[in-house]
Amino acid sequence: MLNQLKARFGSGLAIGIVGMIAIWLIALVVLPQLLMVDYSFRPNLLPADIGGPKDTYSLVNYETLFSNHIHLKIFFKTIWSSVLVTALTLIVSYPIAFYLAKVATPQKAALCLLLLIIPFWINEILRTFSWYIILAYKGPLNAALLGLGLIDRPIRFLSGDGGVLIGMVYAYILFMIFPIYNAIESLDTNQIKAARNLGAGWIRTHWRVIIPHAKPGIATGCIMTFMLAAGSYAVPALLGSPGSRWFTQIIYNWFFEGGNWNQGAAYAFLLLVICIGFIALVMRVFKVGLGDIAR
Amino acid sequence: MSSESIMRFGVRFYIGIFFLYLFTPLIIMGLATFNDSRFPTVSPWRGATLKWFDALAQDGAMWQALWTSIIVAAGVLVVAVPIGICCALFLSTVQGKGKTFIYSLMMSPLLTPGVIVGISTLIFWKGLSVNGGIFLTVIAQTTFISAYVMLMVLARLQRFDRTLENAALSLGATQWQAFRRILLPYLKPAIISAAAIAFLQSFENYNTTLFVKGYDTTLTVYIASKVRTGLTPAVNALGLVMITITILLAVVYEWKRRKEAANETES
Repeated sequence: MLNQLKARFGSGLAIGIVGMIAIWLIALVVLPQLLMVDYSFRPNLLPADIGGPKDTYSLVNYETLFSNHIHLKIFFKTIWSSVLVTALTLIVSYPIAFYLAKVATPQKAALCLLLLIIPFWINEILRTFSWYIILAYKGPLNAALLGLGLIDRPIRFLSGDGGVLIGMVYAYILFMIFPIYNAIESLDTNQIKAARNLGAGWIRTHWRVIIPHAKPGIATGCIMTFMLAAGSYAVPALLGSPGSRWFTQIIYNWFFEGGNWNQGAAYAFLLLVICIGFIALVMRVFKVGLGDIAR
Repeated sequence: MSSESIMRFGVRFYIGIFFLYLFTPLIIMGLATFNDSRFPTVSPWRGATLKWFDALAQDGAMWQALWTSIIVAAGVLVVAVPIGICCALFLSTVQGKGKTFIYSLMMSPLLTPGVIVGISTLIFWKGLSVNGGIFLTVIAQTTFISAYVMLMVLARLQRFDRTLENAALSLGATQWQAFRRILLPYLKPAIISAAAIAFLQSFENYNTTLFVKGYDTTLTVYIASKVRTGLTPAVNALGLVMITITILLAVVYEWKRRKEAANETES
């Protein structure tokens, strides 16, 4: 590989390129992850005991999760809610992506894409904070619903998981729309016309022609959304309540309140395993490879 | 035909609702800045005021956090952009076994939750007796922002015509000259875009930064802490200023990008 680089760029530059990549991949990407896993199998010891006889590998940090019902419940709730966020985001995004790619005129699509990008440029914390204002007990949404006579008394959006779900769909929607849009856009419109001319209804056309073509985009969108939702700290911290904690908040507490980094590392590794498991599952269900993702 | 027109109305209605959903929060956030109320809200409306901008300007901790954010983002820019370029050059040049594996490794930070990037960085550097702070924040953010830079540079590199490079070489240019005079100028727009995205990603990062920040506070962390404790419309004022700046930047960026795209199709 080095020879191919040398042939194109000369030795000096080739060595520089390989060196930069090696430093990044080894010192920033791979070693920290491995060390985190290593950490998770060790007990939490005083500095004096590290490396001593008590410093042995064990599964004790993982057993903590399975013996703590509250943490276990939050763990499964986080997974389930992230799946829910992913599904909701997909349902909301697909029609928009299709409209932008195949229905709208090029000028309209360009304008819509610009409008879509603007909220994406704005800080996630700020976007979430605006939902905090909207969903507040005495906030504008409750005021509007009361004014329209749709409800008799204000709804407490922020004391359950509802606010967190709404905030997450909002925060991650663009990670779903763009991959699907890119995938549908590459479909030859004649294929849709052919399906329609041959008598397929709209639903059938989507199901048999458009969705199969958009599969890599849908897979990418789902993977990104799930990963962002399961790993989110900001949205549940801002829109959740003590009763609707997220697994990342438990991890944070192990690090900065419990002072037990080994325990936190074990929880973090479990979160990573869930995310990798989800990626593997989606790639299998949609029959796409890693090369199709993040194009 | 009537079913077709119902369908068309349905689509329009949906698009309308969608964009309402997308922009209402930003508008509410802006309006709440001007409401003369102790808490950020728009209902009930207590009359317009500009006092929250004053409160914001006098918030010393905010200015400190802004400065920290700028230092971190500049640091990330300096490290992540060259790494990303190197990765893109590597991927576009090298063929053969192992490339898929290396590509997967390079992509992995993007598929890892941000909190885990932060945690693993914190643990790794603790072993080297480096505690959280500005340095570690730069390192942790570089881990995944490099991958974004790589993807953006690679996208342009894949459209590069290598015969240009070969022509330069056969006309007597050294490899360095061919790189410096042919390839780098070609990549320049992508590098500038990637740098802008890297800066923004760093500036708004929360999940990773939270774990490695130590006693330093970036602006995003500061806003989040304000939302949870001591919430006043001064936060909205800050939000409104940031939204205005980002929208301006976004519009300029899009406008430049389109102009470049148009130039390219002409030539």
